Amino acid sequence: MSKRNERAGEQSTSADVTGEGGRVGGVFYTEGEPIRDTKAPEGPIEDRWEKRKFSAKLVNPANKRKLHVIVVGTGLAGGSAAATLGELGYNVTSFCYQDSPRRAHSIAAQGGINAAKNYRGDGDSIYRLFYDTVKGGDFRARESNVYRLAQVSVNIIDQAVAQGVPFAREYGGLLDTRSFGGAQVSRTFYARGQTGQQLLLGAYQALERQIAAGTVKMHTRHEMLDLIVSDGRARGVIVRDMVTGEIERHLADAVVLATGGYGNVFFLSTNAKGCNTTAIWRAHRRGAYFGNPCYTQIHPTCIPVSGDYQSKLTLMSESLRNDGRVWVPVKAGDTRPAAEIPEEERDYYLERIYPAFGNLVPRDIASRAAKNVCDEGRGVGPGGLGVYLDFADAIRRLGRDAVEKKYGNLFEMYERITGEDPYTQPMRIYPAVHYTMGGLWVDYDLQSTIPGLFVIGEANFSDHGANRLGASALMQGLADGYFVLPTTIGDYLANGPYGEVDEEAVAEAETAVRSKIDKLLSVNGTRTADSYHRELGRLMWDYCGMERTEESLRKALERIPELREEFWENVKVSGQAEELNQALERAGRVADFFDLAELMCIDALHRTESCGGHFRAESQDADGEALRDDENFAYVAAWEYGEQGPILHKEALDYEYVKMSQRSYK
Amino acid sequence: MSERAKGMNLTLKVWRQNGPQDKGRMVTYRVEDVSPDMSFLEMLDVLNERLILEGDDPIAFDHDCREGICGMCGMVINGVAHGEQVATTTCQLHMRHFEDNAVITIEPWRAAPFPVVKDLVVDRSAFDRIIQAGGFISVPAGSAPDAHSVPVKKVDADAAFDAATCIGCGACVAACPNGSASLFTAAKITHLSLLPQGQPERDSRAKAMVEQMDAEGFGGCTNTGECTAVCPKGIPLDTIARMNRDYLRASK
Repeated sequence: MSKRNERAGEQSTSADVTGEGGRVGGVFYTEGEPIRDTKAPEGPIEDRWEKRKFSAKLVNPANKRKLHVIVVGTGLAGGSAAATLGELGYNVTSFCYQDSPRRAHSIAAQGGINAAKNYRGDGDSIYRLFYDTVKGGDFRARESNVYRLAQVSVNIIDQAVAQGVPFAREYGGLLDTRSFGGAQVSRTFYARGQTGQQLLLGAYQALERQIAAGTVKMHTRHEMLDLIVSDGRARGVIVRDMVTGEIERHLADAVVLATGGYGNVFFLSTNAKGCNTTAIWRAHRRGAYFGNPCYTQIHPTCIPVSGDYQSKLTLMSESLRNDGRVWVPVKAGDTRPAAEIPEEERDYYLERIYPAFGNLVPRDIASRAAKNVCDEGRGVGPGGLGVYLDFADAIRRLGRDAVEKKYGNLFEMYERITGEDPYTQPMRIYPAVHYTMGGLWVDYDLQSTIPGLFVIGEANFSDHGANRLGASALMQGLADGYFVLPTTIGDYLANGPYGEVDEEAVAEAETAVRSKIDKLLSVNGTRTADSYHRELGRLMWDYCGMERTEESLRKALERIPELREEFWENVKVSGQAEELNQALERAGRVADFFDLAELMCIDALHRTESCGGHFRAESQDADGEALRDDENFAYVAAWEYGEQGPILHKEALDYEYVKMSQRSYK
Repeated sequence: MSERAKGMNLTLKVWRQNGPQDKGRMVTYRVEDVSPDMSFLEMLDVLNERLILEGDDPIAFDHDCREGICGMCGMVINGVAHGEQVATTTCQLHMRHFEDNAVITIEPWRAAPFPVVKDLVVDRSAFDRIIQAGGFISVPAGSAPDAHSVPVKKVDADAAFDAATCIGCGACVAACPNGSASLFTAAKITHLSLLPQGQPERDSRAKAMVEQMDAEGFGGCTNTGECTAVCPKGIPLDTIARMNRDYLRASK
């Protein structure tokens, strides 16, 4: 079935890679058969979703309540999906690890949600949103999916407004929009700096309504620890009740994972502390392919790290870049306070390098530019890991009041965390891991390679290619949950029933979960799970972060297995299995992050091109910009789990509508 | 920042309770070399790391986003819900606001409808049930008219937003001498009843939510105002007046 692939082993660019020890210089993966999406209809792109909706089989309304669907996660994707499936009449069971479905991390999204409403008449259209998303994703997303996303975007705004989401409005009573994250049209709807919160509460309220109606059964403080696959189909989950520690089995006709991204593999990220990869990683172990794991997004405007104890990073909405100007001192090692650095000794480097887009270049470009100036020794603040985001001009131009109205809550948040006043001294910002474009591979129906397992929202590899545009995560989560999945899952369920669930498969999954917990509790070593997580995160940030090289990735691939081995021999988890045990929860998640980290590095090593958020230092043009290699890499890397190492399946990407071109924001 | 970079030494008195049936007690811990730039939860993280290595049970507390928006964290710090900083969640509270050698007491939310699960973790599912009773607008997905078909006055949209910023943390209940959930319930009623989309269900919503709030065992409102004083999002007290008006209107 698979031939050995030596690509990762062939190109040694650095003398430091000696090939000694471990798997360095060896072969990290094998290549299997290509994979493709078989669900997107042929024909004009604007008709494909209509066609698919019509060709999807319908479930007899009387049968819907007999069909049981499990939805894991209650963020924008999971919350909206569970609510909508409940409304349609399915028998839904929903799980979240928080104490209420309202707390999922979608709630922290600040900036806004894109939609091709063209309410401004500024030249926006479904086609333009589609075009911008394909291009912004650096030509590594599927055209059919992206077009559908742009189509559905307009319905999301209608749905949210009808639910009472209090979007910003103008005095005429109509919705306000703004331009966001490098878009040249004003298509971003927002609710102050709390758009994610307001959209999530809309979905949460719809979900609670279904819980009251009895169509959705909600289990809070439950964590999915394994997927039940019976006769080749996803038929349920094993979960742990995080209060009692009880291991429970829940069976269903289909399973939906809406468990978010895996940015916490870096330990420090803008994700919530509880965000983890366990649900999708366990599904991957059970046969779901993992798409493009190396595509991670580093957000350019986060508050810099202040010390070793740091537990997470906080994002400042990138809307700040609309009025703030990014700069560093011209001279390296200039430690004068910002106010003492005269204008001519400041380098507004984004405006200088990218005159057309200036401070509004896409996230990947802004982040790497910040890293570059810091690498040159021109960074500001503790450790030189920061750049200024300066509002002095905006305050002069618009007045302090106007700036406060627009950004007041963000400025306040900044002051709260840093103790510095951004009205009188420039903010310090630095890039941080924010979003993962990679995730479980899905077809046009959002179904993974395990029949009956659907994956939505950030958890799938989805529609953003190698780089997500600002304000598009909320759009995708809600498109998947409210509009796409409820249609496509019906087609799968209508083709059932799929028979009894094999008791042996359930027992096996349950035993696997119990033995992992027992093992973690029995090691009784000398280091906490968090300390390993921190070390793993540091290693991933240094070797598989904003800039990756063959050498750095090989180092990571040498170090990760060593560290993982040490973890399993030396981790200390206190307490018992049958109680609320937060140390145990963390240890289980860290164990899966180790495995995922390895796959991310293999993916990053094999993709020798640069694209979007994946920057390989070996692949850049004369100006230091990311250089794609369309001839060799215009594909999705879908990784199959294999005991002897991962197996790569390539999904070729064809661009019929948007002509592939090198991105340029100059 | 830098002039205070020297670490602080603190004494913590923390509520430890092994489960709902356990009686619970205050336990004293010393923490040393605490950076003023740490968040309050990071300070507890460091203590917990130490407890785990000593084979002790770490202090259980709820937290998730750590940026003041998910509403998961919440502790009574020195007798004040979320601590003395105004409009701040526990996760957004930083140690620079404490003095060196301070003694800090840390307790869970205390209210009968919020039973303690373990240590500082409480069960706030009563809030979800209040929302279930009517805290929504019924719109099946796909049935909505164009978003611009109903204009909304900016002042109404802004006031609705102010109420809608509630994060459901429960500090209002913890601070109220009556253990009332009026501010939480009123915030949602206000948010939805200010919008044209919320009118058709306005009466039934107010009635059902208030009745559910009472059924959960929350106390009544006596206009003390502690709730709004500790609210991390500054939900205004007049939302409660609106709730009462809507409830009366619905009960006619």
